[in-house]
Amino acid sequence: MTATIPSLRRWFYPAAVLTAALALGLNPATAGPADTAQERIVRIDNFTFSPEVVTVAPGTTVTWINGDDIPHTVVSPSGRFRSKTLDTDDRFTFTFPAKGEYPYFCSLHPHMTGKVVVRDAPE
Amino acid sequence: MNDLRQPDDGSPGPDRRGVLECMAWAGTGLLWSLGGGLPRAMGLEKALAAGTEPAPFTFLQISDSHVGFDKAANPDALGTLREAVRKIALLPEKPAFLIHTGDISHLSKEREFDDADQILRETGLPTFFVPGEHDLLDNGQGRAYLGRYGKGSRGAGWTSFDRNGVHFIGLVNVVDLKAGGLGNLGEDQLDWLERDVAGLSASTPVVVFAHIPLWTVYPEWGWGTQDGGRALALLRRFGSVTVLNGHIHQIIQKVEGHIAFHTARSTAFPQPAPGSAPSPGPMKVPAGDLRKLLGVASVSLVGGAGPLAIIDTPLAG
Repeated sequence: MTATIPSLRRWFYPAAVLTAALALGLNPATAGPADTAQERIVRIDNFTFSPEVVTVAPGTTVTWINGDDIPHTVVSPSGRFRSKTLDTDDRFTFTFPAKGEYPYFCSLHPHMTGKVVVRDAPE
Repeated sequence: MNDLRQPDDGSPGPDRRGVLECMAWAGTGLLWSLGGGLPRAMGLEKALAAGTEPAPFTFLQISDSHVGFDKAANPDALGTLREAVRKIALLPEKPAFLIHTGDISHLSKEREFDDADQILRETGLPTFFVPGEHDLLDNGQGRAYLGRYGKGSRGAGWTSFDRNGVHFIGLVNVVDLKAGGLGNLGEDQLDWLERDVAGLSASTPVVVFAHIPLWTVYPEWGWGTQDGGRALALLRRFGSVTVLNGHIHQIIQKVEGHIAFHTARSTAFPQPAPGSAPSPGPMKVPAGDLRKLLGVASVSLVGGAGPLAIIDTPLAG
């Protein structure tokens, strides 16, 4: 969902509109290459992952930053990724090469949950 | 907040006002006394002031030392632990032993455990531990804790022992936590618990201690134990059960039938009352107030039909 926001924002810029239209019309598979191989930040503040769900293109690197005074972790229940204990201001980075849904949680405070959705950029 | 009401059956328990007073930030420890099989807690400060009716059997609960924590809410968690231990030394009635209900360390570092051990040793009291989630953060996910504190325990560190006719059970509910869930005991531990209490007569007073509250205090902040109800079901036949927890860094009490629940203060930093802040993170209070919100608890077992007496004591009045 959030991945569409940069695309939408482009419509406000005439030059970008043309670029996006071309991209959409001529080569949907690579629509908005600028939207794909990038980085996304997920903040951990007040015992909450924010945004709770991030939608990204394959190849995106997601970085979690702990802003709390209490340590947290980022753990995939399926074992795909597991951060070390993140103390205040510590970061954890993971790159998502394949499409799919990747739920995760904090193994210290399991009521804290989030999800990374990896899919092609929207047409 | 319904949980905090006085029970309708007239059984001993805190009244609403008492509970609300307890919820005010204060205390370093809880002094627990077992009276007629029921434990009562009282703040250490009050226990020091009272000192008139010496209980025959007293033990002390200390919790959430978070040694290594150095953030704004308390830059010197080691110092406040030291203050708590000094308070314990001043008690008129020497407790038989100490129970630490977890989060001994903040990040499970060897140095943190070393510092905590050194200070706790100054009490000269035998100490029983259960881990908090902060004690299992080593690369071995708890191996360091078990190596240090797990002698004679089973599984992830659960244990039981008998003292003065009271059966004590230490449970571990901070291991293998499930996404979206609360604290977790797990099948193995519940099976063990069932066998552990099977041979006990219903008149045996039971004291259960674990880090995260075994009852649901506030699930939105994870303050409860997913399968805690199953453990409590195994204990319902007993005439006197006292459940001592930590984790939430404040005193909250509840009585349900024959089961009395009590959570202890931290010696490191206070946390907000359920739902009163955006998150359960460390609560920064004016420097002069911090020691009113930290504490230990002393529990004593006294003869007769009364409950265990629990005295919560703040580091500063």
